[in-house]
Amino acid sequence: MSAKKRDFFTIVWDFFCSLKLTVTTLILLAVTSIIGTVVQQNRSPEEYLQEYSEGVYRLLSALNFFDMYHSWWFLALLTLFSINLICCSLNRLPRVIKAVREPVTVAGDDLFRTLSNVEEVTTRRPVDAVRERLEAALGKHFAPPMVTEVDGTVHLFAQKGAWSRFGVYITHASILIIFLGAIIGSLFGYKGYVNIVEGGEVSQVWLRGANKPHDLGFTVACEKFWVEYYGKSNRPSKFASILTVTDPTAKDQDKVPRQREVIVNDPLTYRGITFYQSSYGPAGDPVFSLRVLDRKSGESAEVTARQGQRVPLSGGGAFRVVDFDPNYKGFGLAAAVELIPAEGKGSPGRILLYQQAPDFDTRRGGEQVFTLLGHTQKQYTGLQVAKDPGVWVVWTGCLMLVLGSMAAFFLSHRRIWVTIVPLENRTGIKVGGSAHRNQPAFEIFFDELKKNLKAELEA
Amino acid sequence: MTSALLFNITTLGYFIAMVLFILFLAVRSKGVTLAATLLTYLVFLVQTVAIGLRWVESYQQGIGRAPLTNLYESAVFFAWSIVLLYILIDLKYRQPAIGAFVVPFAFLTMNWAQLGYLPPALRSGLESVAGAMPEGAFGNFFRTMLLGPSDTIEPLVPALQSNWLTYHVVTCFLGYGAFAVACGVSIMYLIKVGKEEKNPSGSPMGGLLGVFPSTRVLDDINYKAIMVGFPLLTLGIITGAAWANYAWGTYWSWDPKETWSLIVWFVYAAFLHARFTRGWVGRRAAWLSIFGFAATIFCYLGVNLLLSGLHSYGGG
Ligand code: HEM
Repeated sequence: MSAKKRDFFTIVWDFFCSLKLTVTTLILLAVTSIIGTVVQQNRSPEEYLQEYSEGVYRLLSALNFFDMYHSWWFLALLTLFSINLICCSLNRLPRVIKAVREPVTVAGDDLFRTLSNVEEVTTRRPVDAVRERLEAALGKHFAPPMVTEVDGTVHLFAQKGAWSRFGVYITHASILIIFLGAIIGSLFGYKGYVNIVEGGEVSQVWLRGANKPHDLGFTVACEKFWVEYYGKSNRPSKFASILTVTDPTAKDQDKVPRQREVIVNDPLTYRGITFYQSSYGPAGDPVFSLRVLDRKSGESAEVTARQGQRVPLSGGGAFRVVDFDPNYKGFGLAAAVELIPAEGKGSPGRILLYQQAPDFDTRRGGEQVFTLLGHTQKQYTGLQVAKDPGVWVVWTGCLMLVLGSMAAFFLSHRRIWVTIVPLENRTGIKVGGSAHRNQPAFEIFFDELKKNLKAELEA
Repeated sequence: MTSALLFNITTLGYFIAMVLFILFLAVRSKGVTLAATLLTYLVFLVQTVAIGLRWVESYQQGIGRAPLTNLYESAVFFAWSIVLLYILIDLKYRQPAIGAFVVPFAFLTMNWAQLGYLPPALRSGLESVAGAMPEGAFGNFFRTMLLGPSDTIEPLVPALQSNWLTYHVVTCFLGYGAFAVACGVSIMYLIKVGKEEKNPSGSPMGGLLGVFPSTRVLDDINYKAIMVGFPLLTLGIITGAAWANYAWGTYWSWDPKETWSLIVWFVYAAFLHARFTRGWVGRRAAWLSIFGFAATIFCYLGVNLLLSGLHSYGGG
């Protein structure tokens, strides 16, 4: 009964430790991941129904294909993947730790038989002299050896890169650490956004997927926002917000960011919450400033007009800015102005003004001459807001992944054993070596080492 | 001297090198190998200079950015990476037959990038075929494949103004270059094994296969190339994630490009682990390597042109 039970556990354990499971899971992950790149993710039902028939929609929805990377079955696959990683590491790690901490320092014939790189020679020199020379030579050409003497036979053992055996485990652990970071982020972090009008401030942001605002615990003000363009084109080269945080609860007021420029790829972080420049747009109507010259009186006056606002003129008429373009055909600001004549005096007209051509309206020969001086347009800045306390865990995992996999692939644990045996009137020397990875390179190294040891011995 | 001219010379150079390498398989002449190899090294230098020159040109146009930011430049850098990895393998193994299976990848990539410089008659032929393509994603895909990417130096939108972009592109494409070498070597492996099984007499093989490295060496190079490519791809994915985190505050959003790069990563991780069991060497490893490179190409071109995503290379 108990033997059977153990058998069962062994089978389950072996299943979770097996490399076959690893390869299968990796391929399953690769294949299923394709689904989410073909089926659009996280759209509204209406959008899906435009693309798919009712029946197909139901089916895909039941299979969780519309949010597949968070579906139970995808997470189950990732869990299986993690269990596999944990089990295989637990399975092998104790043996590896033992091999590293308690190396075999005395090589018997059994060990030499398992090595593919072995060399045997004899010499006239006495054991002690050989030992002294080889000890020094190994130290010089490889690593200082440990010396053990058993019944007159001297054993030398030297090793290099023992810790590289841990590369695999660091790699595997790093993947789990990345998962851990992702979990921390989704449990204790959030993603949101907020729009701040120039000159305005907010203390709440809107969370993704939730319809209620979230309190920041401090206030962020946008003092200024602007866009820079490439040459005269309409292509933005940079957009930037000047943000100032107000936090009366902060102990050290010097650490509260003030008038910090935030641009794309250079976010602002305060109290673990990061603000990313992400979008912008006009807030409210633009305000134009114009100079109006009255031809009869020769008087001129500067007026400001919000777009759409009716501005009265001397003589009973009025005007209104109806449309504009901040960079009309690359020539800068242009505005369309509607002229409203005084009661019973002609019909309304429409004129175009260009900031770059201040005299343009003189030619019209009207009662008034308009000159467009400029405009101001309040903008809002659109910020993505993220809090992710797991992100440093993820980066730590990534660093371990890179270093660990480099160590796993390119470094190897190399070991050299030497046995010095007193024979009748000579001394026998046996040298053997092994590497836990990259045998061809080790063969070359071993040949070189042999040559060096022989040279030192004969010197 | 403009970078465009040098890139045309590069394309022509890789074409001649490719022809010489293939000729070498047939005639097995030392002179031909030497010419093919020297030409490849030389053209690689020319291409390196051309990339540097394009960088300078971007400054002259008042834009000033590393030449790694659109589909055209990525294709050029891809070809460069393939040849770089080939040169490294050549220095280590000295097996010129491999050139006949790797240099064509570099030539095809460069040729596609330079399609805009075809003689007008050919170009207009391509354009009329492309014009006949239907609307929609597949039509767009074939149109871009037929016409090649646009090579103008466009200014960068703010999201692309990041050093992470450079690290990301460099690491990804060096990895892709290694996978291209692995794929070429795998094709050689399959050809050689297929022939060996047909006439197992053990007689020394003549014909084209005479100069192929042994199947053991081919299998080993396949493995080594992937072993180099895999950490590079890992770095590529990580630098991409770091960049996304700086720009948007999300290091991973399962957008199609990210997902496909992860799929490629899974495929090569499976390759490596299948190998650790010693089970999957030889033929199966070769097929997996070819399959992995197909996934890589889809990740590079298919995702942008066929699937929607956040990336900038889309649409040429
Ligand atoms: C992606 C998830 C991964 C899983 C589930 C996984 C799983 C495994 C398993 C089950 C083994 C077998 C251990 C044994 O021989 O008992 C293994 C071995 C190994 N894995 Fe992974 N692995 C993963 C990722 C990686 C990555 C990304 C790398 C490299 C960068 C890697 C490198 C290795 C190496 C080098 C071995 C051989 C161990 C040895 O020979 O001592 N693994 N892995």
